[in-house]
Amino acid sequence: MSIPGNGNGNGLPMRSDFDAIAQWVRPGSRVLDLGCGDGSLLRSLKQTRNVTGYGVDISDDNVLACVTNGVNVIQSDLEAGLSGFESGSFDYVILSQTLQAMKHTERLLREILRVGREGIVSFPNFGYWHARLQVLGGTMPVSRDLPYQWYDTPNIHLFTIEDFEIFCRGHRLRILDRVVLTAGRRVTFAPNLLGALAVYRLDQAHGAAAVGA
Amino acid sequence: MGAPREADGSVGAVTPQDMQFDEPLPLVSGAVMPSYSIRYETYGTLNAERSNAVLVCHALNASHHVAGWYEDDPKDIGWWDNLIGPGKPVDTDRFFVIGINNLGGCHGSTGPASINPATGKPWGADFPVVTVDDWVQVHARLADRLGIRQFAAVVGGSLGAMQSLQWTLRFPDRVRNSLVIAAAPKLSAQNIAFNEVARQAITTDPDFHGGNYYAHGVVPRRGLRIARMLGHITYLSDDAMAEKFGRELREGEFKFGFDVEFEIESYLRYQGDKFSTYFDANTYLRITKALDYFDPAMAHGGNLAAALAGAKARFLVISFTSDWRFSPGRSREIVKALLDNGHDVSYAEIDAPHGHDAFLMDDPRYHGVVRAYMNNIAT
Repeated sequence: MSIPGNGNGNGLPMRSDFDAIAQWVRPGSRVLDLGCGDGSLLRSLKQTRNVTGYGVDISDDNVLACVTNGVNVIQSDLEAGLSGFESGSFDYVILSQTLQAMKHTERLLREILRVGREGIVSFPNFGYWHARLQVLGGTMPVSRDLPYQWYDTPNIHLFTIEDFEIFCRGHRLRILDRVVLTAGRRVTFAPNLLGALAVYRLDQAHGAAAVGA
Repeated sequence: MGAPREADGSVGAVTPQDMQFDEPLPLVSGAVMPSYSIRYETYGTLNAERSNAVLVCHALNASHHVAGWYEDDPKDIGWWDNLIGPGKPVDTDRFFVIGINNLGGCHGSTGPASINPATGKPWGADFPVVTVDDWVQVHARLADRLGIRQFAAVVGGSLGAMQSLQWTLRFPDRVRNSLVIAAAPKLSAQNIAFNEVARQAITTDPDFHGGNYYAHGVVPRRGLRIARMLGHITYLSDDAMAEKFGRELREGEFKFGFDVEFEIESYLRYQGDKFSTYFDANTYLRITKALDYFDPAMAHGGNLAAALAGAKARFLVISFTSDWRFSPGRSREIVKALLDNGHDVSYAEIDAPHGHDAFLMDDPRYHGVVRAYMNNIAT
């Protein structure tokens, strides 16, 4: 029953986005971690940022791992939405390296910013030069970070940093912060070409004009 | 003797105990129990800090006999023996586990078949209607007597889970963890409807005599049988029944009569017959009423989150996908109310085929989660 990618099995370096996420999270805040895997992000946020909160995962193994790790976890299918969570009940809703594996992208992002005051979203950048090179060479990208073949990948929505920012503008999502990483290091120059992993902090844009990055 | 030994993870031979209470107990209904006796069993050892006690609450037809077996009846194994014992998910090497027969029961605690001290005759119809909250009060009194101020955990499935939940509301400072398994925050109209059919089967049995059948030397056996048969249907999933019985015929062909033909008929009749020999009809009526009345949100205008606001325990909520009696959606109502309060809660939805009875089964995913949770709360 496990949906691959709804946990931490997306093959990117083990959570190189954790540091960026931890820096944004205010101490003592309430956090919902969607696709929480074994709960290691929440556990580290609990230790370093004194947060309270819950993980959400669909996989039996991940739920067991969270309970073993002493992390609150709710077994639930993200594709079914977040109806079990009240609007505005969390300071942050985190979706770490899971968006690319979700079917209902728009609905999930809308739900994240309904339930959380801010959303933190990370995803593998398919605009990374290495991926582009492989596509130019005639095959779909496969790498250490994206170790799947086209036929067994859990990643069903392949998109780039540029794609995501266009999406945000079109859906009135305000980008509050962005960190782009390659092999754990920050990338500031030509991120859509040189960045392997993007991490965003978002909120719902208010007023008429949607603000871009 | 062929009975499970400690090496098999059994607590071994156990002996029930009785505790007499002479302090009157005011009940939710307004009635008062002048005195009563409660039967219970314990497994494991209470530590010096008295901090490792776990209370196990029973559901409709179970009892204080939760684990182990009896010296004089080795086949009488506790109803949750697969979960509780040395090295088991609820590890009696670490926890001091208490099983209790609820007030109004028929397994040794004071109930409708007991002698009413005021009349010298069985209570019968006069035995008060008891509620989940009344039971929890009795649990607390037993805990007082055993010197347990706070439970490490209160554990229950189905109606037992309702008691586990009620514990966190009634005595928030006396329970650190609440395991709420195959539960509902209150019965649906459909649930109540099933209970009412069961009660009607009993009360319309000519041998019921208005609940005072003891004096007539009879038991409303036909009513109990039907009540149990009906209950059994709701405990199993359609798939589990199909898997176990299908349309199998006992003799391979139609008989064009009304005796037992299909295997499922045979099974239900067997279960009904067995039940009617040991279970008290007045107890059945009262326990189904306790189920019907359970509704902690009622005092808060139907707001379950408000009802659970004062709870201080951490929660583990578990449901089973094929349980249609108390479906996962019912457990999610409880989880949502806990989340709304920011209470610590984990929720596992176990993909199990057995229906409501799954909570009694030895499913590795289910038991794995309970084991992991209990490991973390061991002192």
